[in-house]
Amino acid sequence: MIHKHGIALMVVTLALAVAGCETSTKQVLATNASAVQLRSFQSRAFDTTDSEKTLRTVIATLQDLGFVIDKADADLGSVSATKLSGYQLRITVTVRPRGEKQLLVRANAQYMDKAVEDPKPYQDFFTSLEKSMFLTAQQVD
Amino acid sequence: MTEVISVPARALRACAVLTLVLGACATIPPEALKMTPDTLARRQLQTRRFDGIEEKKILAASAGVLQDLGFNIDESETKLGVIVASKDRSAVSAGQVTASVLLALLTGTATAYDKKQKIRVSLVARPVETATAANPPSSFYVRVTFQRIIWNTANQITHIEAIDEAPIYREFFDKLSKSVFLEAQQI
Repeated sequence: MIHKHGIALMVVTLALAVAGCETSTKQVLATNASAVQLRSFQSRAFDTTDSEKTLRTVIATLQDLGFVIDKADADLGSVSATKLSGYQLRITVTVRPRGEKQLLVRANAQYMDKAVEDPKPYQDFFTSLEKSMFLTAQQVD
Repeated sequence: MTEVISVPARALRACAVLTLVLGACATIPPEALKMTPDTLARRQLQTRRFDGIEEKKILAASAGVLQDLGFNIDESETKLGVIVASKDRSAVSAGQVTASVLLALLTGTATAYDKKQKIRVSLVARPVETATAANPPSSFYVRVTFQRIIWNTANQITHIEAIDEAPIYREFFDKLSKSVFLEAQQI
């Protein structure tokens, strides 16, 4: 009897542990990549100080990419949007001043229930954005 | 004793399957954040230009049309020309229900059919040319995009998609043109 209970417990524990994409509150502050690395491939600098125009261009680019806007805040300089296409992709883009002559645009995305921590999708996003901005997206360190 | 051995064996197999299923938490599709060949066509379908009107009036007219269509406004940021709205509606289609009933008669088990949907929309106005304080813009592009999620009777998500049907966008802009006209005339 004890044996059976022990096994049942083991199975439940295993199942919970395997439910992998961790269920615990650890996820609240968890990341896989380092913060410095993340910032570097999620951010680009643009030679403009017009944050309203930049935000409007970000919104237009997101619409081009098939996103529906969830929220936009001109004062905070942030836009969030969701793409549904057999999957759910959420993105938040922030725009803030960088020095006197530049704006820093940063994007972070989540695909289904996972953070997007691969540089390639961000590269694609900034490639699309720089076309609409008519400005070069500059890598920052 | 044989039972004790078989249980962990079965459990192990179950765990292996679980790992595969959960481990497959798939990664982002490569084209998700890229412009595609149909990007331009979709932009044209979802966009109309309005001339000789203030941005605030376009947004007010748009909010009016969305309300006419039963949407509730979730968010708006007039400084960026954005309105976000949604509605929850039935997704039941007679065909699916009939098929489900027929299948139930044949097999004796009920199958789930689509029951409800959440439809979301964002509408964005954008000045055609750059504005200055002295020369506020009077021409705007309005772009609208719809998407929806459908749940079935078992409460599972069955569809998660952008709405791309051209007639829907044409009808929406017909209504918006009328609403903009009425707004301009203050009716």
